[in-house]
Amino acid sequence: MKIRFVLNGETTELDVPGDRRVVDVLREDVGLTGAKESCGSGDCGACTILVDGESRLSCLMLAAQLQGRRITTIEGLGSEAQLHPIQSAFTQYGAVQCGFCIPGMVLATADLLKRNPSPSREQIRRGLGGNLCRCTGYQKIVDAVQAAASRSADHEKPLRDDK
Amino acid sequence: MRDVSLPRSLEELWGLLDRESAAALYAGGTDLLVKLRAGLEDPPALICLERVGELKGVQDELDEVWIGAATTLSTLMEDPIIQRRFQVLRKGLEVLGSPPVRHMGTIGGNIVTASPAGDTLPALYVLGAQLEIRSKDGSRVVAIRDFIVGPGQVLLNRGEILAGIRLRKVQSYAIHHYEKVGRRKSQACAIASMAALLTVSDSGVVEAARLAWGSVGPTVVICREAEAAIEGKPLSMESLKLAIPLVEKAVSPIDDIRADAAYRRTVAGLLLLRLSEYSAGTCSAQ
Ligand SMILES: Cc1cc2nc3c(=O)[nH]c(=O)nc-3n(C[C@H](O)[C@H](O)[C@H](O)COP(=O)(O)OP(=O)(O)OC[C@H]3O[C@@H](n4cnc5c(N)ncnc54)[C@H](O)[C@@H]3O)c2cc1C
Ligand code: FES
Ligand code: FES
Repeated sequence: MKIRFVLNGETTELDVPGDRRVVDVLREDVGLTGAKESCGSGDCGACTILVDGESRLSCLMLAAQLQGRRITTIEGLGSEAQLHPIQSAFTQYGAVQCGFCIPGMVLATADLLKRNPSPSREQIRRGLGGNLCRCTGYQKIVDAVQAAASRSADHEKPLRDDK
Repeated sequence: MRDVSLPRSLEELWGLLDRESAAALYAGGTDLLVKLRAGLEDPPALICLERVGELKGVQDELDEVWIGAATTLSTLMEDPIIQRRFQVLRKGLEVLGSPPVRHMGTIGGNIVTASPAGDTLPALYVLGAQLEIRSKDGSRVVAIRDFIVGPGQVLLNRGEILAGIRLRKVQSYAIHHYEKVGRRKSQACAIASMAALLTVSDSGVVEAARLAWGSVGPTVVICREAEAAIEGKPLSMESLKLAIPLVEKAVSPIDDIRADAAYRRTVAGLLLLRLSEYSAGTCSAQ
């Protein structure tokens, strides 16, 4: 099945089975391994991507559903030369240990801050409730999200969910 | 490999169903794709409803509000009409899954999945939701409590879909309550839950009560006896306690990995006591 969509700002055309999971398309067909697969059943958030700016789980989405959508993966959020403000906050606040959950956490944070630019700690916990982390104990992740939120408020420039 | 179609209209959907009547429908896929992956279902083809415009949105009609079955849970949660009139439903949505699950999952999917733990179901029961079922040949309307007949079992014939949910606008209840008890806050399947609508007089007497429990029976449990027991009495711990044995009798929970039946029965009864927090007559507790 021919599928046309925008992936990290670039129009992309693929010929893949319509029932292939989006996480497999991204990781194996396109070679973007930022989205991780862990549970494969919606529970962990490691496979989070943004679909038209909204967080979704790429393990519960089929290739056919990509048609016409704007997809952002962690590879499209910032670059190594210029990290996205959420990414710099995560590194500065020590919110990253093994890193496996981080692409999902960062994209879920982008979705959260777009809806609520200055969330309370409780709102951050709820907003990231679908993303599990086995390492950090979450405190530093919540610190980082708060910092990212207040920085973008300081600079009065909205966090962009994609490019 | 299975074909996956994404019809953009009901017209297109009927055509697809004519050609492949055994195709499985899905909307958000948060239930169906999990089952497919686990090998629990093996349909020859898939039809995704996410782009059928006629199945989406919330419409404010004369004396009803119509909700398209393929409306996502997060769209509903943020909808001003739902927030203004149906707080009990909004409270159910708020504790369902996680943000990405709510961005994908739909209310129609929650109803047709018919899990005893479905978090929109107790609210839809107390609100007396009517479901609009459509097929190529026409439509019919059925009350949600007649539509859901068992765990995962609904009265839907081949070729029929759930098109929308109708809620009566005039619901005189000032208090809208939903509480779910799970093992943790996010993504927890309910061990027991309760939705309630109450009207309380200025003097603090319960004038009308609608109650429904989730996860403590094969389908949502309603208990007219408990409603009658709290009606006409002050909204207090003492009178709520008197209704607990009636609830414990009405429910028929099972043991599973989340909790055992006896614990579920106890929690179902005790959930009633939370209603005393509304004794000031506001909608704000919980
Ligand atoms: C991690 C995770 C956590 C979850 N947590 C909760 C929770 O806390 N509470 C809760 O209640 N649920 C929970 N769920 C279950 C699920 O998200 C909800 O039931 C959701 O509402 C299902 O909607 P959907 O559109 O994704 O359903 P789908 O998977 O698309 O469909 C489910 C079923 O309904 C049928 N169907 C869907 N739409 C229609 C229609 N319009 N007409 C006819 N048939 C239709 C499909 O054929 C399928 O059989 C969770 C799921 C996951 C993956
Ligand atoms: S891999 Fe998709 S949610 Fe866990
Ligand atoms: S940093 Fe290791 S899982 Fe989160």
